[in-house]
Amino acid sequence: MKVGVVVFPGSNCDHDAWYAINKNLNRPGQNVASAEFIWHDAHSVGQVDAVILPGGFSYGDYLRCGAIARFSPVMQAVQKFAADGGLVLGICNGFQILVEAGLLPGALIRNAGLRFICKEVGLETVTTASPFTSTLQKGETLHLPIAHGEGQYIADERTLDELDAEDRVAFRYTENPNGSMRDIAGILNAGRNVLGMMPHPERACDPLVGSTAGLAIFESMLGAVVSGERAK
Amino acid sequence: MTITPEIIKHHQLTQGEFDKIVSLLGRQPSYTELGVFSVMWSEHCSYKSSRIHLKKLPITGKYVVQGPGENAGIIGIGDGWVVAFKIESHNHPSYIEPFQGAATGVGGILRDIFTMGARPIAVLDSLRFGPLTGSAVAERNARIVAGVVSGIAHYGNCFGVPTVGGECIFEECYSGNPLVNVFALGVCRQEDVFFAKAKGIGNPVIYVGAKTGRDGIHGASMASAEFTEESKQKRPNVQVGDPFMEKLLLEACIEAMKTGAIVAIQDMGAAGLTSSSCEMGSRGEVGIEIDLDLVPQRETGMTAYEMLLSESQERMLIVAEKGREQELFDVFHKWGLDAVTIGSVTEGGNLRITHKGVVEADIPNRALADEAPKYDRPHDVPPHRTAPLEAQAFAASADLNADLMKLVSSADLCSKRWIWEQYDYQVRTNTLAGPGGDAAIVRVKETGQSIAMSLDGNGRYCFLDPREGAKLAVAESCRNLSTVGALPVAATNNLNFGNPERPEIMAQLVEAVEGIAEACSFFDAPITGGNVSLYNETLGEGIYPTPVLGVVGILKTEMPVGSLFRSVGTDLVLVGGFGTMDGQRFGSSQYAKQVLGQLWGLPPALDMAYEKRVHEAMREIALLHLAESAHDLSDGGLAVALAESSTPEVGAKVTMAGGLRPEFALFGEAPSRILVSTKQAEQILVILSRHEVQGGVIGVTIGERLQIEDEGKNMLINVSTASLRDSSEAALPALLHTQHAV
Repeated sequence: MKVGVVVFPGSNCDHDAWYAINKNLNRPGQNVASAEFIWHDAHSVGQVDAVILPGGFSYGDYLRCGAIARFSPVMQAVQKFAADGGLVLGICNGFQILVEAGLLPGALIRNAGLRFICKEVGLETVTTASPFTSTLQKGETLHLPIAHGEGQYIADERTLDELDAEDRVAFRYTENPNGSMRDIAGILNAGRNVLGMMPHPERACDPLVGSTAGLAIFESMLGAVVSGERAK
Repeated sequence: MTITPEIIKHHQLTQGEFDKIVSLLGRQPSYTELGVFSVMWSEHCSYKSSRIHLKKLPITGKYVVQGPGENAGIIGIGDGWVVAFKIESHNHPSYIEPFQGAATGVGGILRDIFTMGARPIAVLDSLRFGPLTGSAVAERNARIVAGVVSGIAHYGNCFGVPTVGGECIFEECYSGNPLVNVFALGVCRQEDVFFAKAKGIGNPVIYVGAKTGRDGIHGASMASAEFTEESKQKRPNVQVGDPFMEKLLLEACIEAMKTGAIVAIQDMGAAGLTSSSCEMGSRGEVGIEIDLDLVPQRETGMTAYEMLLSESQERMLIVAEKGREQELFDVFHKWGLDAVTIGSVTEGGNLRITHKGVVEADIPNRALADEAPKYDRPHDVPPHRTAPLEAQAFAASADLNADLMKLVSSADLCSKRWIWEQYDYQVRTNTLAGPGGDAAIVRVKETGQSIAMSLDGNGRYCFLDPREGAKLAVAESCRNLSTVGALPVAATNNLNFGNPERPEIMAQLVEAVEGIAEACSFFDAPITGGNVSLYNETLGEGIYPTPVLGVVGILKTEMPVGSLFRSVGTDLVLVGGFGTMDGQRFGSSQYAKQVLGQLWGLPPALDMAYEKRVHEAMREIALLHLAESAHDLSDGGLAVALAESSTPEVGAKVTMAGGLRPEFALFGEAPSRILVSTKQAEQILVILSRHEVQGGVIGVTIGERLQIEDEGKNMLINVSTASLRDSSEAALPALLHTQHAV
């Protein structure tokens, strides 16, 4: 699996995602996964199997988070890549950008407590019917870190009902840290090939830094890409 | 313009200093030149009161690559890798405007690190505020806490550096003078280190980063004066930070350094354009010529005086190889940053500034950077102290359980989660041990090494005895590192004191510096750089002398031992033994402060040779993985350490020995002690005896309760660990009148 990690000016979890794919998912002696960076003014994502929009503060995020990033040239390419069925994972700021770009519904606003929160949270795996969650068990609890000031997910009732009815909520917080509606921590698009989530799986891929729970998400993506290759 | 005595005074220069300027120039300075001298010769930039004493500090050691004098100190960590680190204060700005003051403090120290070519991988902060209860200004103090914490979070989180540890203490003396000391550490290859030494006549001087505005003018001189009622009018002197710009500057600088076209680089911090140019010129013994018309400006109509003294943030000055400017411009433009040639390196050694065709300043670089006055300020009096020296009698405690609860829920000792959860302490995925433990640990991914860091300082100890208090701070910092298995190898210090023109304050500074010198030599932790913040006084009220030590240690990258008990039924070993305590030395304890509301006597007695043996024994225990948990004893003594190590599930049952009065035994703060839980007590005891360190099994971990009894089996403490934890966690949000993070 070849993964493109988009670098916006102000991205700061880009190296972490790169490291998780190249060093944690792709164990020594294997050659199953690699990551490369994609600069924000690229007009194509290149020959990749998946795109990660990493965490950070794209363009400073002095306006609404992700509001400027959505206009960057690379986002046109990401839109096209997603429309063609490519896997897109937006983490934290990446989720905010996906929402601003209209690839996912709803909005992410300031945490209910009005403060930035960095801590580990429990997540309920709501659906396993996605290329990002297929190696998990339905209902399984994942422990992943969050680190955000604007992670409160909101949407109108109809959208929320639709997300539930179409099984598009990927993760819910077991203890809601930010006031998100219906405890939503991550959602899928209708095509199920785009996932946005506030928690950071790339920070939980190495026992030395606390946990390997996040690897399941990257392993699911790897599985989906490999079986897709086989199908071809 | 004629320079009148009023103008000289307004620039916080003395008549003697003015005369020295005239003799160095051989003529009267222009108004602009006077401004330039006033910032470069300010206490903040020139260290004029402390310089002769700082010379006493040890600065060499087997790990030291670069000692004091550059933007940051550098030590080798093996395999050709180095770390650059330093601590810096932003005390005065943080009082006037807490959010921006603290934020730009973080920004300034980060630039000092990446100026050297090192990518910042860790930040720690040492904070002091006025009390949150029982003070007329408690509400204001709470607002300062909230502002400072969110300022640090704003800058560090956005920049993408983890804030991995620190300390936070509350005292009345910091009400009008909070302390915001920020430590940063970065990593790079030794051959990639950059220095701020201009070279090569004719080489271009390039300005990069944010445009220059009128913000922060005279910030350095503001930081060199006491506060008065008019200080609030100084708000425009506080700079405004843009962490996004700084992040771009970091990435662009690191990329530009790789081109090989950079000769020297320095950030524009205090005194901005002036200090960066004259310091680079002075180090390289060359001149620098700058045309201010070429400086990118954010505002119109700025004078030479304003541009030279502006402290606009996120700017760097580069000396480049002539003819290779375009390579650098391309990198900076890629990151959307200004990069323009504003001058060149010249012969002769002068800083020559022109503006609109007029020479505004023409001053020898050395005069500005190296020939500032050095004062041996009078200090032949006892250090200032108002507390009684002799032991104070106090009644036997009626309820030791309540005392323990009071301590663990006090602002000083309670959980600081409310603070550190606002910091991204994980970004860059190197954090092996984050906030809340004894020392923070970050790994260096490129090597098998990790770096441990601890910031420590105790103003109460130093107020009672500056020399011993400073030694205790060094000892504690080194003990914190040893507790997690790291070898202390170097240190940085931030000296926060009052007005040095008062002999009894100067005496505090001299005593403390000599104490640091003695302890850093003894513990093999040379000082590679640091910061001095004086005039921390408001309306004549000085702060406690507060030297803050930041010690850096190295250890192999592996799962570190934590401070929390992990399982029931393990032995508890008190490495170092119960120690001694008496009525005089108990007066400096947290018990005396929180329960008795008093301060007297002396700090705890420190035997450095014994302390060092404790560290060596502890590192061996950690290296052999004999400990399930390890936690250093400090504020609040053994009882508080036991409470801090307990979880709602696992507590402890301990029997005291030593025949001390219960308060002394439970809450005395004798140094040289570490609490270890282990399943291999026998092996640990063998190690202790080999190192001639006292210590034995004092108890065992049990479920859900903390029970401490005396030799006669009388129960002194018996509380539920869940209630200890709850009180500790709930305290700070309650004191700040905010909700527990949802």
